[in-house]
Amino acid sequence: MAGSNTPNITPPRWLLAELSYKCPLQCPYCSNPLDYARYPQELSTEDWKRVLSQARKMGAVQLGFSGGEPLTRQDLPELVAYARELGYYSNLITSGYGLSEEKILELKNAGLDHIQVSIQASSADLSDHLAGTESYAHKLQVAQWVKQHGYPMVLCVVLHRQNIHQMPEILAMAETLGADYLELANTQYYGWAHVNRDQLLPTREQFVEAEKIAQAYKEKVGNKMKIYYVVPDYYEDRPKACMNGWGTTFLTIAPDGTALPCHSARELPGLDCPNVKDYSIEAIWNESKAFNFFRGTEWMQEPCRSCDEKHKDFGGCRCQAFLFNADAASTDPVCSKSPHRDRVDAVIASAAVSAEHVDEKPLVFRNSRNSKNYL
Amino acid sequence: MMNAEQILKFSPGYRLQWEEAQQKFVILYPEGMVELNQSSAEILKLCDGSNNLSAIVTELEAKFATSGLEADISQFLKVALQNGWIQYA
Repeated sequence: MAGSNTPNITPPRWLLAELSYKCPLQCPYCSNPLDYARYPQELSTEDWKRVLSQARKMGAVQLGFSGGEPLTRQDLPELVAYARELGYYSNLITSGYGLSEEKILELKNAGLDHIQVSIQASSADLSDHLAGTESYAHKLQVAQWVKQHGYPMVLCVVLHRQNIHQMPEILAMAETLGADYLELANTQYYGWAHVNRDQLLPTREQFVEAEKIAQAYKEKVGNKMKIYYVVPDYYEDRPKACMNGWGTTFLTIAPDGTALPCHSARELPGLDCPNVKDYSIEAIWNESKAFNFFRGTEWMQEPCRSCDEKHKDFGGCRCQAFLFNADAASTDPVCSKSPHRDRVDAVIASAAVSAEHVDEKPLVFRNSRNSKNYL
Repeated sequence: MMNAEQILKFSPGYRLQWEEAQQKFVILYPEGMVELNQSSAEILKLCDGSNNLSAIVTELEAKFATSGLEADISQFLKVALQNGWIQYA
């Protein structure tokens, strides 16, 4: 039956299941909310199974098990097996911390389709420093096991000013590890990354240089290693087509069951994001205030409203508009048509000044102690 | 050039699947999905590790009671190989 979805609302295709906010790593650019310590409750195994089954019925097919660190959930293999049975294509988005060869085999047998391992840098000292945990050597080992056991190997490196100079070494490391996919994700400045932005945002020169190196490498390796390059949107003059449009494609379920149109949407006021313990996925997707808030183009202000590119980028990112303009319905200030583009330029200038100082302020690491400062 | 004799199969990590909600076949892979039209799906269903180009052509020409499909099928399989969806077994 294809007809159970509400007209004019496309069904979800991608489901991000944030199983837990617990994480042994402390990356200072984590996309989890700053006040994650406020939400220690986690959904039960049965809750997750209901979510998976309801979202699948609507048409969700790509599934990411994420967190925090999803491996902290003891029921992960059970959830993976359930997802496979439903026909999801499932991905474990992991730090690799605590992942053993036995676990990799167990997950493979349960039907996991691929594993995305993140590495923080190409050298042990920097990677361990950024992770706030000694983890680099084990990550390399995990990447090798992933490869050995026949998974497509997806390596993810988040880029920022502390590691962007390692671009040639990062590319070489990915090739040595036999990565099938390399995600070079320039940091997106929300949550913890937003707090640490002055220390993380690369200068324009650094970004241009790194992109040039990655582009040349991409041409050299061709299809052998597919490179996904997530651009740092501050250096673009048009905003990203965030989430492929609000409530069109992506559904995130936070550890406590809150349903989010994007994983940062918790930062936005007034959405009243619904919880899967109270509503079905179908009701959440089709009827909730949160998922309808920025659907379509009716909510837009100028210059978006009359812009001929509004169906291309949907006005950009709502969280970014809120962070810069304190108005989530305003134009993403990354856009050169935004009356507030100067605010982005000021941030770029501020980060460039910070980059010149040897005594930069220290990074704020993502951990429960620091999170409690934001309660 | 297509090798007409070698057996074709799906690449590791790629999955061909019928999507009930979309009423179509799709290819699933890390971070992505390709929606297929009916003829592409018919060809790819046969890339199951037991057929080569010649066998696929024979089977589809019989199934649809037609002839002269080889050029189109070969053209499509070349694209599928290039995209890494399928590979020689």
